[in-house]
Amino acid sequence: MGEAAAKPTQTFRTGTAGRAPGAIAAIACVMLLALALLPVVAGRNLIQDMIFLFYMLALAQCWNLLAGYAGLISVGQQAFVGLGGYLLFALTLLGGIDPLLAIPLAGLVSALFALPTAFIVFRLRGAYFAIGTWVVAEVYRLVFAQFKPLGGGTGMSLTPSITSSVPGIEWVKALLNVRTPAARDLISYWAALALMVGTLGFVYLVLRSRRGLALGAIRDHEGAAAGLGVDIYRVKLAVYVATAAMTGMIGALIYLQKARISPDAAFSVTDWTAYVVFIVVIGGIGTIEGPVVGAVIFYLLQRYLADFGASYLILLGTLGIVVMLFAPKGLWGLITERYDLALFPTRRRLVIPPRAEIARRVDFPK
Amino acid sequence: MLLEVAGLKKSFGSIIVADDLGLAIAPGEAVGIIGPNGAGKTTLFNLIAGSISASAGSIRFDGRDLSGVPPQGRCRAGIGRTHQIPQPFEKLTVFENLLVGAVYGGRKAEHEATQSCGEILERLGLLKRANTLAGSLTLLERKRLEMARVLATEPKLLLLDEIAGGLTEGECAELVATIRDIRESGVAILWIEHVVHALLAVIDRLIVLNFGRKIAEGSPKEVMQRPDVHQIYIGIEA
Repeated sequence: MGEAAAKPTQTFRTGTAGRAPGAIAAIACVMLLALALLPVVAGRNLIQDMIFLFYMLALAQCWNLLAGYAGLISVGQQAFVGLGGYLLFALTLLGGIDPLLAIPLAGLVSALFALPTAFIVFRLRGAYFAIGTWVVAEVYRLVFAQFKPLGGGTGMSLTPSITSSVPGIEWVKALLNVRTPAARDLISYWAALALMVGTLGFVYLVLRSRRGLALGAIRDHEGAAAGLGVDIYRVKLAVYVATAAMTGMIGALIYLQKARISPDAAFSVTDWTAYVVFIVVIGGIGTIEGPVVGAVIFYLLQRYLADFGASYLILLGTLGIVVMLFAPKGLWGLITERYDLALFPTRRRLVIPPRAEIARRVDFPK
Repeated sequence: MLLEVAGLKKSFGSIIVADDLGLAIAPGEAVGIIGPNGAGKTTLFNLIAGSISASAGSIRFDGRDLSGVPPQGRCRAGIGRTHQIPQPFEKLTVFENLLVGAVYGGRKAEHEATQSCGEILERLGLLKRANTLAGSLTLLERKRLEMARVLATEPKLLLLDEIAGGLTEGECAELVATIRDIRESGVAILWIEHVVHALLAVIDRLIVLNFGRKIAEGSPKEVMQRPDVHQIYIGIEA
């Protein structure tokens, strides 16, 4: 110890983790391009399946940020899916707004609704918070069921004039030589792809920013994070409002594609929260890769086993329990235990100049 | 005075853990706290750091009243606190653990924080482990990280809670040297410790707590020779 220890002996800098970030970025770009061009070769069924995969993945990323990082175990995200869906119907049918413009607007309004909702549910902790969010979602459902201009309890459909008025639809019809319903699916496909990539990109950027440090700290130890200067309430509120906005946009897109909405479907806890929780849990909660892995697995299960009806749900439940018991970090956790792998590197590495080790030995005689 | 605590009261049900407590610490001073288990030592730290609130009394820091200030505000004001059981962010690296403190507690930009975090890691002998996940550290390393992370917030007052417990003689001596070094850089220290010889190697003043009350205060030598302190402490003193 002494003077040598007190003065800086070297210059440190930060690097990002990840073996070959360049290679991963290149693969991501190729995949993105392939997905964007998929409609040229794929049939309508596959396109519809992919739309489902994209929005489930986007919903899972949102819930993962909320529950996996900010510790906000919400089982009421269907409130914002349904709100987004209904906002799309209201804005297009009642407001005469272009459907693709209605999607971001639905996100904005969802965020405005999320703020007062947060003031209520943030008073609750843990399990009470979870129940509180569910109750709020039920309130949303009941309110929309009372709203006659949007079909009340039985719901309503988008008129063909709106679904065919999506910008670019004529262009797609001419280019790929398809009929209007197929062209509408393609527009939804690209919108879903954009929204999924946007959500993934947003979550990734948040986690790489200084907010990401706070979120990692809150995920691992809330009390210690507060003691080190992190304003936990503010971070959580920001995450809640941001995920509500994204969930609202995804909801709007889902119902643009479905073209029919009813309160029971739009505010379904099974479709928009239980499945999403399943995806995040089997994939690996608290990682950005986990929901991606989980969504692909969920899609495959849904694709090949959904015809078995009730036994399909029993299988999903059993798989969820088995993963929770034997691989609590999810399937992505199993992979990272064996290989030091990160598809979306968020870790900050301290680059230590080579002199450091020598300096240390001089400073700390044992 | 840097820290002024007056008339502090706190009870959990019928158990009184702080009873009219008062103490003051000057900038750069090192003060030790001893007392039997359940004397209210850690509670006093919780009250000062803001993780629980007092029933009565006042805490002033750097001339500012801290009532109603949340833990993060107290950290930013310059109160750094370590926990008896280290609480690392296990899935963040050691370096990232420090960054949290430097960026949020020390209010630095990330690129500014890198240099100071690197220096702190070097000072505490954690540089080799900088890019390791904090969850895989040994107990000694966790204790060092606990301290390093708080130092990254650039505290004016460091609250150390039984940081020497469970360490070997050699590890303990190394820790004492580190704490002395921190103290020499101008940081005031308030240190709860059962390993009395470690404490006495650093502090200027000693406070004895029992049942939430301050029963003795003064120079370490004087206090340790008082018969009442001796009586309370017999069998516990290392």
